[in-house]
Amino acid sequence: MRVALFIPCLSEHMFADSAMSMVKILDHLGIAIDYVEDQTCCGQPAFNSGYRKEIIPIAERFIKLFADHQYIVAPSGSCTAMVRVFYKELDIAAELKPALESLSRKIFEFSEFLVDVAGKTDIGGSFPHRVTYHDSCHLLRELGVKEQPRRLIRSIPDIDFVEMEKPDTCCGFGGTFSYKMAEVSLAMVARKCGYIEASGAEYVVGADSSCLMNIEGYLRKNNMRARALHIADLLAKSLNL
Amino acid sequence: MNLSPGNTKSYLHAALQNERLRVAVDKATQTALKKRQDKVDQIPVWEEMRWQAHAAKRDALEHLAENLETFEKNCQTNGIIVHWARDGEEARQIILRLMLEKNVKQVVKSKSLTTEELHLNHFLQDNGIETLETDLGEYIVQLLDQIPSHLTAPALHLTRVDVGKIFHEKLGVPYTEDPHELLQIARARLRQKFLAAEMGISGVNFAFADSGSFCVVENEANAFLTVSLPRIHLAVMGLEKLLPDQSGLGTFLKLLPISATGQKASSYVNFIGGPRRQRCGEGPEEVHVLILDNGRSRILADSQLRETLFCIRCGACLNVCPIYQQVGGHAYGWVYMGPIGITLIPQYLGSLEGRYAPFVSSLCGACHEICPVHINIPHHLLKLRHRIVDAGLSMKVEKWGIRGWAFLAKRPRLYRFVTWFPGKFQQLLPKETAFPAPGYFKKRALGRFDHTGFRNRYRTWRKKIISKG
Ligand code: SF4
Repeated sequence: MRVALFIPCLSEHMFADSAMSMVKILDHLGIAIDYVEDQTCCGQPAFNSGYRKEIIPIAERFIKLFADHQYIVAPSGSCTAMVRVFYKELDIAAELKPALESLSRKIFEFSEFLVDVAGKTDIGGSFPHRVTYHDSCHLLRELGVKEQPRRLIRSIPDIDFVEMEKPDTCCGFGGTFSYKMAEVSLAMVARKCGYIEASGAEYVVGADSSCLMNIEGYLRKNNMRARALHIADLLAKSLNL
Repeated sequence: MNLSPGNTKSYLHAALQNERLRVAVDKATQTALKKRQDKVDQIPVWEEMRWQAHAAKRDALEHLAENLETFEKNCQTNGIIVHWARDGEEARQIILRLMLEKNVKQVVKSKSLTTEELHLNHFLQDNGIETLETDLGEYIVQLLDQIPSHLTAPALHLTRVDVGKIFHEKLGVPYTEDPHELLQIARARLRQKFLAAEMGISGVNFAFADSGSFCVVENEANAFLTVSLPRIHLAVMGLEKLLPDQSGLGTFLKLLPISATGQKASSYVNFIGGPRRQRCGEGPEEVHVLILDNGRSRILADSQLRETLFCIRCGACLNVCPIYQQVGGHAYGWVYMGPIGITLIPQYLGSLEGRYAPFVSSLCGACHEICPVHINIPHHLLKLRHRIVDAGLSMKVEKWGIRGWAFLAKRPRLYRFVTWFPGKFQQLLPKETAFPAPGYFKKRALGRFDHTGFRNRYRTWRKKIISKG
């Protein structure tokens, strides 16, 4: 089994550690890795702000870059959703449509890939801490991924996993929404962090660095106890990779 | 109360400062959601029902033109007088003319969002016609000269204490916050009006082409009195409410109350099939239906966004919206609020006036997940955002920023260089320094850029692995 890495912007420039954790786990599981060096951004921030024309060439570039790979895996639900779900809404060149169709069937978010494609549900290791899980919106509602990350978390024998109240409530990030509607966004993350704090968790695990950046930013600034942890980092820590 | 969706940002700001409002809205929406979930959990075929309703609406709208003709014909056979209004102004004039002709001085109304679209209460009052809302929530917001803050619960933004104070101040009754007593106070006042009014105005929840009839769903029996006691009944109906027949009605009559308030069934479903018949002397002497377009046929013709007309106004998407929950309905500045409201605002009012609305969303999709007729609200919001950008209504800096970024994203080397820079730059700054997006960082720490970047780390790692063999 071979996978090509899709490293979204935030993972490249701010959360390279989490992306590296993903690499280490894939390698640990004996999965061969390819890295397409010339990848850039998938276009999501522009798309969500209403710019469709501008990202057509970017999407077309992405489709060509990844067309020949068996599987594509990303440490992000929302960027995976961008390619799998939203590229289809763009006016891309007709000759690329078949490639897009097949791409949308072979691109996966990391936890989804591990459980649904690689069939690895028993990663093991040790992480004797209380953790809770935050459902990121696009992962949950565009990709329908809910149980896969939870299964991976629960597979760590000594972990203390608790569900927080309303784990599927938006953290308020929403990309450019977080600065365009900063006040509303802040009210949303405040509430989310309240649920996290109330769960008594030391770590809030998630599959999207963007939500985790937003959540941890609030937790830290407001001296709250919990810290954010990407699911790949959790598994890597648990296995001591 | 004069609201405009162009001011949504300042309304949002004001709402977020208003702790009382936030508590009231949060409590009401959470209660409704919980009750809804309890019922949905008991219905294993809930998902199938949602898709059935979606298909029923889709088919109905596909044949709307023929259905409307059939409806008009059958209404006439039943003795119902049908009026057509292209827009709000035409509708107001038709209604006013009818009232003058029939010498109507007092009107009772049951809850109807479509008439809110027409700002009908103010218009009639300005023309010397006394208009009274008879749904309790509507009655309360009318006393305050406000518009409803929720699709099904107009006074959701107010607490019992608020209502007690309003009644005390506006009606001169002794203060009480006992819901039963408050209801009795309102009832006593409304009862006299029901008897005195010459006309009752209602909305329409579902209309049926094949029988020329329609129904009005409610919980307080006020709509029943509105459509049956006064001499004339006028129903104002958005043209998208029409179904070919009653075959899908059973599904809608389950989906609607469960989604709205978690009730298994609405307390009353009033079927109206014409005026009083000679042999049974009950009901109004005249029944009129006003079919309102007001932008709907434009949406209908728009295959990309037509789905937004499927809405049955249950309000579930409001209840579940993490934004609505914190700010309530007035923050959106229009008759329709919350997730469905922000898809309708630019469609009804145009891109310019509605240019902010589709951005009041994090696109989390909770609205789509809960919608009983499966309207994919976040996807429609994205399309609307696109149209607003296309119309040249986005900010110049943003537009040029995105163009610049798009230029780079096609040139990987240049892209790498430029995106590497902030990481390097941030190293020179003290920790926690804010980037130029002040709102975001007010209460949130800034994430640190990783100046090494994934690409370099990966290379190092790869070398190590290879050298280890
Ligand atoms: S969009 Fe759907 S959930 Fe929202 S009010 Fe309409 S029917 Fe209800």
